[in-house]
Amino acid sequence: VSPGWTVVLLVGVATIAMKGAGPVLFGGRELPSRLTNVMTLLAPAVLTALIVTAALGGDRRFEFDARLVGVAVAGVALWRKAPILIVLVAAAGATALVRAVA
Amino acid sequence: VSRPVDRSSVARAVAPLAIAVGGFGVSFGLLARTAGMGPLAPIVMSATTFAGSAQFAAVSILSAGGGVASAVVAAALLNARYVPIGLSVAPSLEGHAFTRLVHGQLVVDESWAVASTGDGRYDRRLLLTTGLVLYVAWIAGTTIGAVGARFLGDPKKLGLDAAFPALFLALVVPQLRNRRAVAAAALGGVIAIALIPVSPPGVPIIGASAACLIGLKK
Repeated sequence: VSPGWTVVLLVGVATIAMKGAGPVLFGGRELPSRLTNVMTLLAPAVLTALIVTAALGGDRRFEFDARLVGVAVAGVALWRKAPILIVLVAAAGATALVRAVA
Repeated sequence: VSRPVDRSSVARAVAPLAIAVGGFGVSFGLLARTAGMGPLAPIVMSATTFAGSAQFAAVSILSAGGGVASAVVAAALLNARYVPIGLSVAPSLEGHAFTRLVHGQLVVDESWAVASTGDGRYDRRLLLTTGLVLYVAWIAGTTIGAVGARFLGDPKKLGLDAAFPALFLALVVPQLRNRRAVAAAALGGVIAIALIPVSPPGVPIIGASAACLIGLKK
């Protein structure tokens, strides 16, 4: 089994279990509020780490390249409230342009 | 008590979301192919996982040369929010345990937000209708992206590797609802930067998840 399929399988099982846990097991009961607080903060923390690693991360080193231009353009597009697909096309387009010129 | 919902107001709320989710699915299909997945694996992933950010995270880590374990753990951490989200909708989901399990899969950030009645309750019909429409849009988009990717050229030349950080940026913005979320995001970024030079790809993301512990503070 390839790494891609292994990831598909394991992430699928984990997600189905996490999405289903509340509706199946806990019908109506509440989690302690401190636990809910911690879990809702996972998304912002992990997403920022993903931005950083996808923008500058190499294999145990930083890689500064044309991706950074794309991220900056995406930032501007988001600030101008552009739809997500436009943000992605702008980021990829700007990066491709810098690479073509360089 | 759920507010009455008529068909046209549901359609007005769901249509723009379905277009956005479909477009998002196209980008997932494309990027999964650039990470070396075949055409089928991304489609199966969208059908079984149905959680965009986690799917992008797993694929992004794989394409950066991170291992299977890092990709799975990072995706699971991102989806951990569906445990409290699932608990919040549990009172609105009725029927057999298996029915509730299936209905629980249709809960995504967008359907959850649309179905909220504002008093801590959720409109069951709106939750399931929106979830189902978005599910179909997500799989259809992924299929278009995954199958269409072969007609594109070199992903790096097209700048597609920059689409990953751009996407995560787009996803984190709506998460920054309060000071605590901003602090968790900033701390997560700092931890990731500190770990990049000293650990293999994937590990900095898992390490950064520890930033959520500031939620323990009163």
